[in-house]
Amino acid sequence: MRLYLKFLSLHVKSALTYRASFLLSCLGQLLVTVNTFLGVKFLLDRFGTIAGYTLPQLALCFAVILAATSLAECFARGLDAFASVLSEARFDRILVRPRGILFQLLCEKIKLTMAPRLLQAALMLVWSISAGAVQWTAAKAVVLTLMILCGAALFFGLFLINAALCFFTLESLEVMNIFTDGPREYGKYPFGIYGKGVLWILTLLVPLALVQYWPLQYLLDRGPGWYGLLPLLSLLFLIPCTALWRLGVRHYRSTGS
Amino acid sequence: MKQYTAFFRMRLLAGLQYRSAALAGMSTQLVWGTMEILLYRAFWLSDPSRFPMGMEALAAYIWLQQAFLAFFALWYWEWDLVEAVKTGSVAYELTRPTDLYGMWMARALALRLSRAALRAGPILLVGALLPAPYGLRLRIAPPVFLAFLCSMALMLVVVCAYTLLIYSLSFYLTDANGVMALSVAAADLLGGGVVPLPFLPDGLRQFAQLSPFGAMQNIPLRIFGGDIPPEGIPAAMGLQLFWAVVLITAGALLTRSGLRRAVILGG
Amino acid sequence: MIEMRDVSKTYRVRKREAGLGSALRRLVSGGWDEVPALQGLSFTIPDGQVVGYIGPNGAGKSTTIKILSGILRPDSGSCTVDGLVPWENRKAHVARLGVVFGQRSQLWWDVPILDSFQLLRDIYRVPPRAFTETLERLTELLDLGDLLRTPARMLSLGQRMRCEVAAALLHSPKVLFLDEPTIGLDAVSKLKVREFIREENHTRGTTVILTTHDMQDVEALCSRVLLIGKGRLLLDGTPGEIRSMAGENLSTEESVADLYRRFGI
Repeated sequence: MRLYLKFLSLHVKSALTYRASFLLSCLGQLLVTVNTFLGVKFLLDRFGTIAGYTLPQLALCFAVILAATSLAECFARGLDAFASVLSEARFDRILVRPRGILFQLLCEKIKLTMAPRLLQAALMLVWSISAGAVQWTAAKAVVLTLMILCGAALFFGLFLINAALCFFTLESLEVMNIFTDGPREYGKYPFGIYGKGVLWILTLLVPLALVQYWPLQYLLDRGPGWYGLLPLLSLLFLIPCTALWRLGVRHYRSTGS
Repeated sequence: MKQYTAFFRMRLLAGLQYRSAALAGMSTQLVWGTMEILLYRAFWLSDPSRFPMGMEALAAYIWLQQAFLAFFALWYWEWDLVEAVKTGSVAYELTRPTDLYGMWMARALALRLSRAALRAGPILLVGALLPAPYGLRLRIAPPVFLAFLCSMALMLVVVCAYTLLIYSLSFYLTDANGVMALSVAAADLLGGGVVPLPFLPDGLRQFAQLSPFGAMQNIPLRIFGGDIPPEGIPAAMGLQLFWAVVLITAGALLTRSGLRRAVILGG
Repeated sequence: MIEMRDVSKTYRVRKREAGLGSALRRLVSGGWDEVPALQGLSFTIPDGQVVGYIGPNGAGKSTTIKILSGILRPDSGSCTVDGLVPWENRKAHVARLGVVFGQRSQLWWDVPILDSFQLLRDIYRVPPRAFTETLERLTELLDLGDLLRTPARMLSLGQRMRCEVAAALLHSPKVLFLDEPTIGLDAVSKLKVREFIREENHTRGTTVILTTHDMQDVEALCSRVLLIGKGRLLLDGTPGEIRSMAGENLSTEESVADLYRRFGI
């Protein structure tokens, strides 16, 4: 942990060397997700509600997904951008250092430009709470935290799959965008809105609905209490992710690049 | 002219090298198109009377948008070009017997055409196979279809001219990244990427329609779906033509004087 | 002691041809070629030796280094470094290993060198006392002084390479791999790096494996030269022997070229 903080401070130092371009990329990142929210707002202004959700409730939903993806993208950037780590042969350097491979990868890149997005998520959350989207209880606050943290873990797992596949393809697979960038974009609405088919795929196959749709039903008093515990169940998804990653590392060390 | 076609062929070839990337991009686009359709379907079913365009027109808009993403996505910047302008190495271009702006235009067109060429077909096919009103249907008369094709070409020119204008601006700005980031966001919102323009609130909608971003995907995609009626087409395409001329003129002028400046400054 | 016994390694690479037709064909199918990199390579290097590892491009030099540093697992054969199998005991093995990849930096581009060094101290868990001593010694020998407070991007290539070498030695490794450490350096930096490597080997008994195309490096530093070509060990001797094998009155450079020709590599 101490070593991680050391890495973090060096990343901050580096980023501050190019202050202007750092701020500009912060702005660029932020505008994308602000636009996404504006899209939701325009549609809701026109239609009033969708599937019974009001705008503050949708803001809550989007805030959860945005916070989870931004956290994962910030701290697991080394996995998200693994193709570049591989092509610049920085993975070889990681292998000749006496520390855990995954740990070093997380240290390798930290995407500080995600900070404004976290701020946006926090603002949407505050606005949604003040607009009375939810009748809050202590249990609900815990569930909300679980949704964000387990969500971040889930995206971490998806990045891990993405990185593991890079060992075999050597380039980043754009298909993985469906599960990495996609949910940030489509998670702005509760997954149930896209129909039963999508909801079941995202519940059973890639369990994103376990950190968004189902616990959200509990928060909005539309579902039973045990829905609030489903985020914990989603952590099981990390098992196959880690297995695939191990396989990828083994493959790399037997074939080189 | 021959050097432009040679260049064009090179680009297409380079694009074809990335077969897995093309396949992957295509499937991503298919999924994203499907999600968009499902989303708007929910709104349409909830209250069709508040839907500002027909569901068929919207479906056509979305499938064409996914198929021809490379035509109008501003974030396909050519970074090597921006870098060449920034470092001044662009001055070497003067040693070639071609006009810099023309060369850039050929590059930009080739890049976008080659990217779209690989992906569009299968996406259009899948779109066409889906049941009405969620699929892609050709419901316009042949002359209107011809207008659609011209409008697509005009969009491509407007988009390329816009990106070239930004490249030429980087002769004068120390860091064009800010302008680029803002452009991407503005084009997304005002060009009909976030939601199609008819879904924007009054005021913003009219502004967006008149802006250069409104002359991009907004016009051809809505002509195809019949959302812009035949009698509205001349005005819409006139607007595209207007922006194409303005952007090309501005870009060409800025490039020429910027290049002169770069030579004087010695790179 | 480093031991390689009968090590073989074969790569599979994608076929690539030029032209529009084959590009289109590749959309449908992709073929694979087998490229043998090492074919039954064996050698032993005792502790404290400085060995020059030479051969033309593509001879298998970097494959060997990758296997020895535990990045790559060979198809067959065995390899131990001080009794450890590199790819099986990765952490224990690399803790005693220093690697300089000539073309790629391990220094942070935008922060002062000292920050990079302190990070390496924490990565390798070097005790503070030992770190201070080592750093003082390296600073003196490599003349790092003011460089420590400068970001890597502001250093010249020669200055950076000196820092690079120091970075690889902060944890006092017993074995040091140097991959073209003098490429592109000016005469002064070249001499300084060479002198330092000699000194390091002399006083601390560090085993050094040096891959290079610069025969002057080899002559100046190495007591032994291994020549490989097409994945096989072709010659194992002293720089003097290599010289005398080739024709009379040739410079070292020419005699190596002559050897490559004679072995048909």
